[in-house]
Amino acid sequence: MDTRTGAGNPRITLSELAAAPVTVRRIVAHPYLAVRGIARGNLPSGWDVVAFALLFGAFVLISKGASQLGAPLSALEGTQIDLRPSALPYYALRTTLRMLAAMLVSLIFSIGYASLAAKSKRAERVLIPVLDVLQSVPILGFLTFTYTFFLGLFPGKVLGAELASVFVIFTSQAWNMAFSVYQSLRTLPPDLVEACKSLRFSPLQRFRRLEVPFAMPGLIWNMMMSMSGGWFFVVASEAITVGNTTITLPGIGSYVAAALAEKNRGAIGWAILTMLVVILIYDQLLFRPLIAWGEKFRADNEPGQVEPESWALRMLQRSRLVAWLWRPLDAAIGAVLRPRRAADAPGESRLHLPRWTPQAVDYGWYGAVAAGGAYGAWLVVHYISRSLGPGDVLHAVLLGMITMVRVMVLVGLATLVWVPIGVAIGLRPRLAAVAQPVAQFLAAFPANLFFGVAVSVIVGFHLHPDIWLSPLMILGTQWYILFNVIAGASVFPHDLRDAADNLHIRGWLWWKRVMIPGILPYYVTGAMTAAGGSWNASIVAEIVSWGGKQVQAHGLGAYITQATTAGDYPRVVLGVAVMSLLVVGFNRLLWRPLYRGAERMAGVEQ
Amino acid sequence: MSASEDPRQTMPQTGPQPAPGESVLEVRGVRRAFKRPHGEPLVVLESVNVDLHKGEIVGLLGRSGSGKSTLLRIVAGLIHPSDGEVVYRGQPLRGPADGIAMVFQSFALFPWLTVLQNVEAGLEAQGVPPDEMRERALRAIDLIGLDGFANAYPRELSGGMRQRVGFARALVMNPSILLMDEPFSALDVLTAETLRTDFLDLWMESKLPIQSVLLVTHNIEEAVFMCDRILVFSANPGRVVAEIKVPFKHPRHRLDPRFRLLVDDIYARMTVRANAGKTTVLSIGERLPEISTNLLAGLMETLASDPYRGRADMPALAQALALEVDELFPVAESLQMLGYAEVEAGDISLTALGQQFAVADTQSRKVGFARQLLTRIPLAAHIKSVLDERPGHHAPTVRFLSELEDYLSDSAAEQTLRAVTIWGRYAELFTYNDQAETFSLEIPEAEAA
Repeated sequence: MDTRTGAGNPRITLSELAAAPVTVRRIVAHPYLAVRGIARGNLPSGWDVVAFALLFGAFVLISKGASQLGAPLSALEGTQIDLRPSALPYYALRTTLRMLAAMLVSLIFSIGYASLAAKSKRAERVLIPVLDVLQSVPILGFLTFTYTFFLGLFPGKVLGAELASVFVIFTSQAWNMAFSVYQSLRTLPPDLVEACKSLRFSPLQRFRRLEVPFAMPGLIWNMMMSMSGGWFFVVASEAITVGNTTITLPGIGSYVAAALAEKNRGAIGWAILTMLVVILIYDQLLFRPLIAWGEKFRADNEPGQVEPESWALRMLQRSRLVAWLWRPLDAAIGAVLRPRRAADAPGESRLHLPRWTPQAVDYGWYGAVAAGGAYGAWLVVHYISRSLGPGDVLHAVLLGMITMVRVMVLVGLATLVWVPIGVAIGLRPRLAAVAQPVAQFLAAFPANLFFGVAVSVIVGFHLHPDIWLSPLMILGTQWYILFNVIAGASVFPHDLRDAADNLHIRGWLWWKRVMIPGILPYYVTGAMTAAGGSWNASIVAEIVSWGGKQVQAHGLGAYITQATTAGDYPRVVLGVAVMSLLVVGFNRLLWRPLYRGAERMAGVEQ
Repeated sequence: MSASEDPRQTMPQTGPQPAPGESVLEVRGVRRAFKRPHGEPLVVLESVNVDLHKGEIVGLLGRSGSGKSTLLRIVAGLIHPSDGEVVYRGQPLRGPADGIAMVFQSFALFPWLTVLQNVEAGLEAQGVPPDEMRERALRAIDLIGLDGFANAYPRELSGGMRQRVGFARALVMNPSILLMDEPFSALDVLTAETLRTDFLDLWMESKLPIQSVLLVTHNIEEAVFMCDRILVFSANPGRVVAEIKVPFKHPRHRLDPRFRLLVDDIYARMTVRANAGKTTVLSIGERLPEISTNLLAGLMETLASDPYRGRADMPALAQALALEVDELFPVAESLQMLGYAEVEAGDISLTALGQQFAVADTQSRKVGFARQLLTRIPLAAHIKSVLDERPGHHAPTVRFLSELEDYLSDSAAEQTLRAVTIWGRYAELFTYNDQAETFSLEIPEAEAA
């Protein structure tokens, strides 16, 4: 997740979180932080290096292929965006459908990927570090390749551009979902696994009766998180310029882009309003019901104190029509999955392989992976060094440092603002019940819709872009800090607060000894999400235009965007690689150790 | 108590002893061991032979780590023996077999399936047609007293009701052998007793298709209450050390003197090993139970005072303290290891040191405890000497953990290290920093403010 989306966050209402036993709370913890087992230490292992080389090698291959395809993109030009408000519902529908398609693909991908990683030791060694790097790659930097690749697959067809947009959203949603499923599959309750064996379930039955249901609660939370991060990317991916071609897909994102180009403030207002309504509808019709339904998959077997409710789900469950429609479908699923008795061979066949075979397979597999990694590394170095020198690398790293300083300062400022506010809200249950959904909503709202407005102000007042563009980076992601802190403060044990009062612990001492250790795991989750999201946002926030006027700050994000617009593939690869390295480094050296320490301090771990 | 008399001889037969039925399952020379990177393989189960006959309930009784659950899982086909075989229906067992069903300690119900769906799950796996499946499941639910709950989810049920679902799910498969893994230990006393008697009623009325039952338990009374034959397991490695026939007819009465006598006798047998271990010198790799020093001190104080005056009968003591075998034995054994008590033939008695400890004040208790640790527990002495030698008087946990893992399984090594940490801290031999995972000699100063 997270870097893009901020997923993994406990987007969970307070009452639910308070009612949830520790095990459930752990499911909602950040999937990135929660990964254990493979990545035991914080320092990068050899596998990370291999994963990095493999991934970026693949990127280079794709970009090489894409630039050679050289498909004419002009066919797509000229899609006119209608700025009348009456056109917005249609655009909203198109945007929503894109989101849904991406979610479907993410769902299939995450279950498949996670199952493979959880069931094969060999695959796991490679897949999990790859996933880890993938979630740190700023996907917006890859718009270029994505579009040229998909347009190359379907030359001159809108389908190519649509697929590219769906793919971009997919890349913003899939990784944290896959991590969540993987995490679930690795922690299946041993007694249920034994029960499956003892009742002789077929693999399909096991999948349907144990693995999918057990992974469901975590998956639903992460779908919500992904979705909430996804709006940002759908807006960013609908209107894009690659080289000298501009692609415009009908949707809210393009609508806003057109409004920006025409300095139409009214249209932007309408777009923001529409987005609001769309997100609300999504929440009510899709996620509330999903969460309420997901309740039944909670594995702890204890009745929850507060069951999540959804009017939409109640309606579905009580409707006879739905029941009538569902029954044959359920029977069909059952019939397909029902094992044939004859096919059920007694016992397991034991293959008598020579002793050395598994080891030979190991050597072969890991050898191939290492060779692939080496080739990938060579490709990247070769590709970049052909047109760029060490000076360029240094330049990119320097810009990366500037953006890093920005991210750190912004997260620090957001912390100073939101932690006290979040704690104050979290300790007042009634206030928290109102504020929490609002903060979650703000986190889901695509902040890039506001960029244009901000830029018009910067231009109008002649403000310094290096400073005043920066807040845009954290505009959408600061809310993660707020609602995580609210969540943490609201589950802070009452007896500890009473004890602190009783001991007359006040002021700074109260923060230092009582509250901060208590909310630290939640804060770290939120801050990490906010930081990751800001890195990604820098690509669209460091360079913004308003009616043909461009405002630009110095930084790696602007560098990547410029390279993209210029169609300068080697610079894009370099910029994205540097940013990924910085994000991975940040996660490994700062957030992960911080989270472990926080967890220990708060005694969350068992 | 006196263990010299054999209850099998002294007690008259209460009822006609049924002739042993034909054998339904045989465990032949089963052994289970784990390979380890260093050192000898870790043996969990050593050459176990068991014959399961028609019409009997056989109990596997032992403490945790004695391999009784491992044996049950081997019979269930869930894990493979490293050596030996299980013969069932004339065939060596490979994987979970038709006709062998299992009831779990944790119930192992699918929380997202209703009672009915849970009971049907196994039939579904066998491809039983939907109509037949429904009918059989409902019959099993009826039989076990769950009618009316078919549509409930497990979380809506009490523990007792959940375990009934566990039974129904096993019985619906028409098993000839039922395996039970401490099925009542997660329930409260009253519920457990109701479930036991209900099950025995069904068993005695031959309402069940089951021919034989294998029951794992660590509760001696439960074993005597339910089983026709009890196999007593010892740990390290797990093997059968005694086979005891229970000559009583159902229903049995716990307060019956003969019942009590048999319980006492089994207690004695289970403490024999501890007695034998007394003379041998402990090694660094000796597994230590994780027992808090409060519990040790508490037991010594209790033993020193009235009515025990330094000596107690273990079953009586367990009952008085509301402890189970699994809970009392490790404490007693720890006292024995430390030289504070001796355990013999079902009795525990304080040594002179133990008597002294019971009346001493905190500081002299700690001094004495430190001395005992250094002289009796080689691991504690080892950690102390390593810390003494090192210039900074620091040592990381992994250093000792990897040493221990040459002797013990990973989890046992961690547990042993935790145990010695608790004791060493109490004795102020060394201190431990959980954040840094290091042992050190100096007492930590109050965290810098």
